[in-house]
Amino acid sequence: MGTNRKIAITGGLLADPARESAAPGTLLIGGDRILAAGQVDIPSDAERIDAGGLVIAPGLVDLGVFRTDKPAFHFGGITRAALMPDQSMPLDDVGLIREATRKGKPDFWVHPIAAATRGLAGKEMAEIGLMQQAGAKAVATGRQWIADSGVMWRILSYASGLGLTVISHAEDGGLAGKAVATSGETATRLGLASAPACAEAMAIARDLALLRNTGGALHFRLVTTGAGFDLIRAAKAEGLKVSCGVSPSYFMLSDNAVTDYRTFARMSPPLRSEDDRKAVIAAVADGTVDVITSSHDPCGPEDKRLPFADAEPGVAGAETLLALSLNLVRDGHLGITALMRLLAANPARILGVDAGDFTPGSAADIIFIDPDAPWIVDSARMAAAAGNTPFDRMPVQGRVRRLMKGGIFY
Amino acid sequence: MPSGTVESPPSTLVGRNLFPHRHLLGIAPLKPWEIRFLLDQAEHWVGINRSGTRKHDDRLKGLTQINAFFENSTRTLLSFEIAGKRLGADVVNMHAAQSSVKKGETLIDTAVTLNAMRADVIVIRHGSSGAVQLIADKVDCPVLNAGDGWHEHPTQALLDALTIRRRRGYIEGQIVTICGDVLHSRVARSNMLSLAALGAQVRVVAPPTLMPAEVECMGATPYTSFDAALDGADVVMMLRIQNERMDGGFIPSTREYHRLYGLTPERLALAKPDVLVMHPGPMNRGVEIDSAVADHPDHSAITEQVEMGVAVRMACLDVLTRGRRGVEGWS
Repeated sequence: MGTNRKIAITGGLLADPARESAAPGTLLIGGDRILAAGQVDIPSDAERIDAGGLVIAPGLVDLGVFRTDKPAFHFGGITRAALMPDQSMPLDDVGLIREATRKGKPDFWVHPIAAATRGLAGKEMAEIGLMQQAGAKAVATGRQWIADSGVMWRILSYASGLGLTVISHAEDGGLAGKAVATSGETATRLGLASAPACAEAMAIARDLALLRNTGGALHFRLVTTGAGFDLIRAAKAEGLKVSCGVSPSYFMLSDNAVTDYRTFARMSPPLRSEDDRKAVIAAVADGTVDVITSSHDPCGPEDKRLPFADAEPGVAGAETLLALSLNLVRDGHLGITALMRLLAANPARILGVDAGDFTPGSAADIIFIDPDAPWIVDSARMAAAAGNTPFDRMPVQGRVRRLMKGGIFY
Repeated sequence: MPSGTVESPPSTLVGRNLFPHRHLLGIAPLKPWEIRFLLDQAEHWVGINRSGTRKHDDRLKGLTQINAFFENSTRTLLSFEIAGKRLGADVVNMHAAQSSVKKGETLIDTAVTLNAMRADVIVIRHGSSGAVQLIADKVDCPVLNAGDGWHEHPTQALLDALTIRRRRGYIEGQIVTICGDVLHSRVARSNMLSLAALGAQVRVVAPPTLMPAEVECMGATPYTSFDAALDGADVVMMLRIQNERMDGGFIPSTREYHRLYGLTPERLALAKPDVLVMHPGPMNRGVEIDSAVADHPDHSAITEQVEMGVAVRMACLDVLTRGRRGVEGWS
């Protein structure tokens, strides 16, 4: 970084999120910024790098992860991640936010998300403004619902004044309670505490009603049910500034995956029915979904080799995020440039960072993707801090061959 | 599955093929003929247990049986202990619920420890659904599930089936009404699976707050009216209602529950005249069941259930250890 050397990446297929489809072209980089993309006159002093026909895409921006796990993020082509405040010490303090922003640099950037309430307890508002000045890029309720509607109303209202997006967890806490599964045949057979899937629509409906009053921007980190997407679809049509994300687990798996008490399939929100799984895909295809996130949360055996209800929720998802998302492209649900909007451009926009696209001036965070390269997910040999993936032994396609962060290859 | 039809075994089975399972973790993995095989085996032990004062059979002599109970139990633990001792096993009880072993925390370590002590059969009760399977995957000897969370309690279902079969001669076509806190009940789950597999018409009845979603998948028909569920029933199986459910969380009060779902003599009259009344115990007299019903000399099979419990557990311990004892055809 810091140099003004120019690099021209040629011979690749540009997956520019701003375009309808990928096209051959050149990506011109100056220092740590993008200068131009497309049919570009290459300056004589530019170093030329031949991409050899690979897909050139923005580095992925992962909106809502639980650990800073650089080897896994780099494997998955993720150059920036927004860190959820749910840490051993919740990110509710200026010092913790500042420390988090320094964690991965220079080759990986962490954008911490401020806890909306002190200790994520859902009661008193945390110092959101000061945390924003320290580098927080959004504010989140954490992996839980704020039960008190008055508290949530004030958070949405206050954050709107700061221009910060509020990231909400869409599960009504009263309904979800101690549930570890979605009500239905699987939970009944296994004898697991379960909550009806409408816990999600309940939470979304309330937060949307509040947003209608407060203004500002609201993002639901994970939406997993058809009823939830219906509400978001309607809210977007109405003009509310609302966005939502999904994780590959929810479009790849239904609650069948927890049969035999597989704790690697224990997640929050819990896996849903097959109908809801299909609703996730439909919502991706029709543009209701804005973001695909890994929800990366490596959990070791001490958290996962337990009876199902005692195990921690969470999936080590960073390494499989791109390959599993490419399934949506291969199945014809969306094009690769649209996928890059979900994986890079939209999350960057929600966080308010100049990255995730090929706009001149944007950060030169670039990945080279071999979209068809086959590999097999192996939970025993992952780059992540732990191998808790529900996709163990699954053959997938799509590998990141090179990764550039801020104009430098790593 | 349609009532009155019971799957038959593919061919004449002998030896290990009669019961090709290493563990007994639940009713769900069992074929109908495997359930019947265990019941047939238990019949033998009913006879032995009733014959005079000496009930010893030393076929498990020299084998170590560990009863690892991570959840408090009196009657099930006692039943497994008596069953093991009558077969001559060295029975050791581990009261994990009272020790420092906390829920889940060191479960795998505990399993490894039990395995290192060279147990020959381990009986486990645990408060978390799936916990017994987790341990079974880590040990070399057969494991018997004595109840895991809300999931399964297979020996209870077997002793209930044996009780019905002995009283009625058969299970096929019997209308069995299971009433109570079905949602939180492993007894209900195992019984629905077992009785449906054996061809009974299973009805479950509970307030909707205590009924699991899509319970039909377990082979039972759900009811909310106890009276409707009792109409023409051959067997009524009452479930224990836990005190912690009665604080307004799932049902408003004990007296309301008794009024709507308590088994009274008046209500019992809706069932067949020779109806059999069962309860896995311990009973809340005056809540889910009236004493007049529980103690009825003709209808009540409750003490018989306890007796069948020992026989069924002897059968399970015998069958599961046949491989390690070198019984011909079972290695």
